[in-house]
Amino acid sequence: MAVTTLTKPTAEIGSAPPRRTGRRSTSRRIGRVLGYTGLAVAAAGVLLPFFWMVMSSLKTNNAVFSVPIQWIPDPFVWSNYVDIWQKSDMTTWLKNTMILSVAVTALQLLTGSFAAYGFSKVRFPGRDVLFLVYIGTIAVPWQAYMIPQFILMSKLHLSNTLWSIVALQAFGAFGVFLMKQFYETIPEELSEAARMDGLSEYGIYRRIILPLSVPALASLTLLTFTNTWNDYLGPLIYLRSPDLWTIQLGLKSFVGQYNAEYALIMTGSVLSVLPIAIIFMLGQRYFVEGIATSGLKG
Amino acid sequence: MATTTLVARRPGGRLKWRNTLLGWSFILPNFIGFAVLTLVPVIALFYIAFTNWNAFGTARLVGLDNFTRLLADHSFRIALWNTVYYTAFHIPLTLGLSLALALLLNRKMRGVAFFRTAAFFPYVTSIVAIAVVWNMLFSPQFGPINQFLTSIGISHPPGWTTSSTWAMPAVIIVGTWREMGYYMLLFLAGLQTIPSELYEAARVDGASPWQRFLNVTVPCLRPTTFFVTVMLTIGSFKVFDLILVMTNGGPGQSTLVLSQYIYTKGFVENKLGYASAVSIVLFLICISITVVQFIVNKRRAD
Repeated sequence: MAVTTLTKPTAEIGSAPPRRTGRRSTSRRIGRVLGYTGLAVAAAGVLLPFFWMVMSSLKTNNAVFSVPIQWIPDPFVWSNYVDIWQKSDMTTWLKNTMILSVAVTALQLLTGSFAAYGFSKVRFPGRDVLFLVYIGTIAVPWQAYMIPQFILMSKLHLSNTLWSIVALQAFGAFGVFLMKQFYETIPEELSEAARMDGLSEYGIYRRIILPLSVPALASLTLLTFTNTWNDYLGPLIYLRSPDLWTIQLGLKSFVGQYNAEYALIMTGSVLSVLPIAIIFMLGQRYFVEGIATSGLKG
Repeated sequence: MATTTLVARRPGGRLKWRNTLLGWSFILPNFIGFAVLTLVPVIALFYIAFTNWNAFGTARLVGLDNFTRLLADHSFRIALWNTVYYTAFHIPLTLGLSLALALLLNRKMRGVAFFRTAAFFPYVTSIVAIAVVWNMLFSPQFGPINQFLTSIGISHPPGWTTSSTWAMPAVIIVGTWREMGYYMLLFLAGLQTIPSELYEAARVDGASPWQRFLNVTVPCLRPTTFFVTVMLTIGSFKVFDLILVMTNGGPGQSTLVLSQYIYTKGFVENKLGYASAVSIVLFLICISITVVQFIVNKRRAD
């Protein structure tokens, strides 16, 4: 009961309150029609490029740029999805990308949630300054320090190995920030009670805080995975040998190599997007929540 | 608030020590990686920019040489100008569109949940795929966009990424299309914190929807708008991968931006010292704009 009375007014913002008649209800109807029209136009604007991409991936090469536009392929060329595996090194690229995304996500989750506990639940001198430094680097664009970072990685003999990307992505300040924001919402009484029962801080982290922060961990997992999967610049700078390429580098080189095979290029694009699309559909709630808590994305 | 209890029990410096060790033990695994890979490079940047570091790794301090060369560098000036061009259009466009979408979605309508997901999708899609698809959509002769423009009576539609005048607008359109869903989510979160009593009160006072927007929505959204503007500014100034894949800076230098100039100088021409000097310019621009925005926001809030 309390919930319904609380949520109802917020949901009605922007539309006129009910139980008005006459002029009010007409203007309200107009508002609704305008609202739906706006929504439809915006949805078309956002989704048409994706629709065109998927449809083009199923066309013959000549049909991609036919005049007038062919919205539905005729005939459907499913063989594009077989040919691409023979014409490109898709298997290697997907394998590398998968290894990197999983490794980076695991490390980011582990070190991020651990460090966030230190920042949020343990009080010690210099803590807040240190946290400010973390936050501050989020405002520094990576492009500004990629050169010294590259020199450093080369000195450590990490460049042109998959390790470089793991090192690059796994220790970001973002994970620490997101997890800290979430920990702050967990009441201190819980940890206090556990402390009374003689649990160590590590025990509290593992047995109390971690189980409670599953939603935040899910958000961080999805955001980090997507980010690593989609990264183009890191691999571009660090992964020079073709057998280390990720799907993004591979797709880009494929476009350069077969620049007239429009349908196949679209097939490759669809394949590169597909895993993220599936993850996004399944876990979109966590994407939205992760962004709402942190206001940021990787 | 979190740990006052720990401190309250403190018998002296002993507990403080214990907590410091404890705290660091939690932070260290992440901090080592963070310090080595982020902090050290950021600091090293300010050294390398004053050297003539090159492909062979030999470096000699050259004082302000890199910066004086920068002043006379024509390509650098073009890159700086193009970055400002991109920023000047990308920020207001994205801000306006994402706020409009958020207002639209903050109503009780069918399909809102679906649209929220859809609008966010471009943001989780890789830039390479997006750039490839849009390049084809923008294809001057037979691309769907120009076919559409011709069909509504524009006889000479723009050449988009093949024309030095229209390449930047094309990039701005794609950048805005990609990011608006993300900022829309931030605005939506902000809108939901506005108490509905304020709208009720404004309505009782006879305020029109436009007046309600100006006098209730806009002031209440200020923290969100501020945050979005800061993020958008940094994001626009560092724009890179989208341009690299879509136009590679061309045609000519018409879409060359600062980040790409750093990349070309550093990784293609191996002039690491000079590239670091350009990096410092990018760094200073981003930091100073953020600081200015903070000050302005604070003054307005007072």
